[in-house]
Amino acid sequence: MTTHLNLTASTHELRAEGLAVGYGERHVLSGLDLEIEPGTVTSIVGANASGKSTLLRTLSRLLSPAGGQVLLDGRSVHSMPSKELARVLGLLPQSPVSPDGITVADLVGRGRHPHQRMFRAWSAADDAAVAHALDATATADLADRPVDELSGGQRQRVWIAMVLAQQTDLLLLDEPTTFLDVSHQIEVLDLLADLNRDRGTTIVMVLHDLNLAARYSDRLVALEGGRVYAAGPASAVLTEQCVQDVFGLRSRIIDDPVSGGPLVVPVGRHHVAAG
Amino acid sequence: MTLTATSTATRPSRRRPGTDAPRSPALPTRTAWRRRLAWLGAGLVVLVLLCAASVAIGSRTVDMPAIVEALGSLGEPVEGLDQAAVVKRIPRTVLALVVGAALGVAGAVMQGVTRNPLADPGILGINMGASLAVVVGMAWFGMFAAHHMIWMAILGAALTAVLVYAIASAGRSGASPLKLALAGAALTAVATSFITAVAMPRGDISANIRSWQIGGVGGAAWDAIGLVAPFLAVGMLLALASARSLNSLALGDDLAAGLGERVMLARGLAALSSVLLAGAATAVAGPIGFVGLVVPHACRLLAGPDHRWLLSYSAVAGAGLLLASDVLGRIIARPSEIDVGILTALIGAPFFIHIVRQRKVREL
Repeated sequence: MTTHLNLTASTHELRAEGLAVGYGERHVLSGLDLEIEPGTVTSIVGANASGKSTLLRTLSRLLSPAGGQVLLDGRSVHSMPSKELARVLGLLPQSPVSPDGITVADLVGRGRHPHQRMFRAWSAADDAAVAHALDATATADLADRPVDELSGGQRQRVWIAMVLAQQTDLLLLDEPTTFLDVSHQIEVLDLLADLNRDRGTTIVMVLHDLNLAARYSDRLVALEGGRVYAAGPASAVLTEQCVQDVFGLRSRIIDDPVSGGPLVVPVGRHHVAAG
Repeated sequence: MTLTATSTATRPSRRRPGTDAPRSPALPTRTAWRRRLAWLGAGLVVLVLLCAASVAIGSRTVDMPAIVEALGSLGEPVEGLDQAAVVKRIPRTVLALVVGAALGVAGAVMQGVTRNPLADPGILGINMGASLAVVVGMAWFGMFAAHHMIWMAILGAALTAVLVYAIASAGRSGASPLKLALAGAALTAVATSFITAVAMPRGDISANIRSWQIGGVGGAAWDAIGLVAPFLAVGMLLALASARSLNSLALGDDLAAGLGERVMLARGLAALSSVLLAGAATAVAGPIGFVGLVVPHACRLLAGPDHRWLLSYSAVAGAGLLLASDVLGRIIARPSEIDVGILTALIGAPFFIHIVRQRKVREL
């Protein structure tokens, strides 16, 4: 069903070099280096206030770094024309606002913004992109429903459809599963995995749940104190030592019986079987 | 094809499953497009009728043949009272149209820029700031010339806009709807009492100020319209050019930036357009309240949240509301007239209360 669109795998390279970002006196990121491999799914994990969202916001140039730079194919994103960047790199922030009474189709259509010029009419390419985004997220049935009336899970799929309509090779998502129950979390992550497989979209997201991050990512980036503590495949990054250092939490790492990857089992002060 | 009654009853808003047309999302979008265009056309028809009424109705009763005759001999020297009355109603009609359209669009843009359902040139204090500047110009600098008033009004509008936004942005949560409305109310109070303080001791100009302040289109003259026309035209073009940016801004600043919008620039240009529109309208017709509040809300019900439609609708409906208020003011107080600013306040105030009570005051 996906033949009329250009589905070549992403070749765009996103990297951060020596990123330093701070709010006033407080340094959130200090000298952070990161390379995102094209066509992979990367999850950024870390404790609260470890700089996860700040990193994502700087990569998508919502924040300007005090030092260092973010390079997209060797060019600094902070000096690129904004629409040009928006045709390559899409962003789903944590709490987007849906205008009162907007329909799903209209909302998804707004993802076409970077492809349109002032006063140019809506094109067939726009139609195709919206149709495809609705199809990919299984929201075509909802096309003429008001977004306000949807459930949380449906709404998140619609927002993802909106950034899909933007047709970017790179997709950055800030905690796309927050506020969703577990089945909808899986649904959203499955959808992102589909996108990565079918279209080769490079995905970078901030996730809270370590085990879901481990299962759904090719690479994990663990942040600690504004620096990369460890980066690589989940099996290499998620060690008991890493969880201890990054989250200050004792844990056991076992094999995930479903995926075969690592599964973090936290150890608290209570409910620990003797021995 | 047959369709069971239940499927239409339970899912009225969804397309029928299995219809012959391909399941393309373009379908509902296209029909919505046609519906919106039809409403806009209907609005324009009503506007034409209102124009006719505005030319025909006034404190002096002029019968139909005389009106037609007067309109037929436009441009020639005026003969007789009937013809003079009709000829005088034409600039008045035009002024109501442009001021109404300007206020309607200014309100819609302001609501979009601030994502605030209560934003309105009146509530945010813009109109009063413009008034204060005009009154100060009159009282202290003897600026009674129309073009002086325009510049003072736009200057006052711009300063107030910046000040209200700055006050509301102070503190952690940024310019929330509530803080913007509060800042606007506070500045309105300051400006109002300042106007009184400036005007009170000046018996020589207080009549001047009072008649301008109530707001009206009755004293319309072509030269005043000509003076504000460029400001209104630039403001209107800038507003329409901002429509797509407003659509992106409506999704939140982060997402708008992600869509390639330069958020601060887009917001600044849109705000500038509403300041030009509200300032020029105030300069020529005095502070007219509530048009910028009522019109965009009513239009949103028909046009939906797309600003390209919303701004066009607001222009037509704003012009219509002001024209209707003006005509009504001539009818109910015959042989005298009620100023249009008083009537829009009478219509607008209950509506304002309705919005505050019915809807949660939340971001658009």
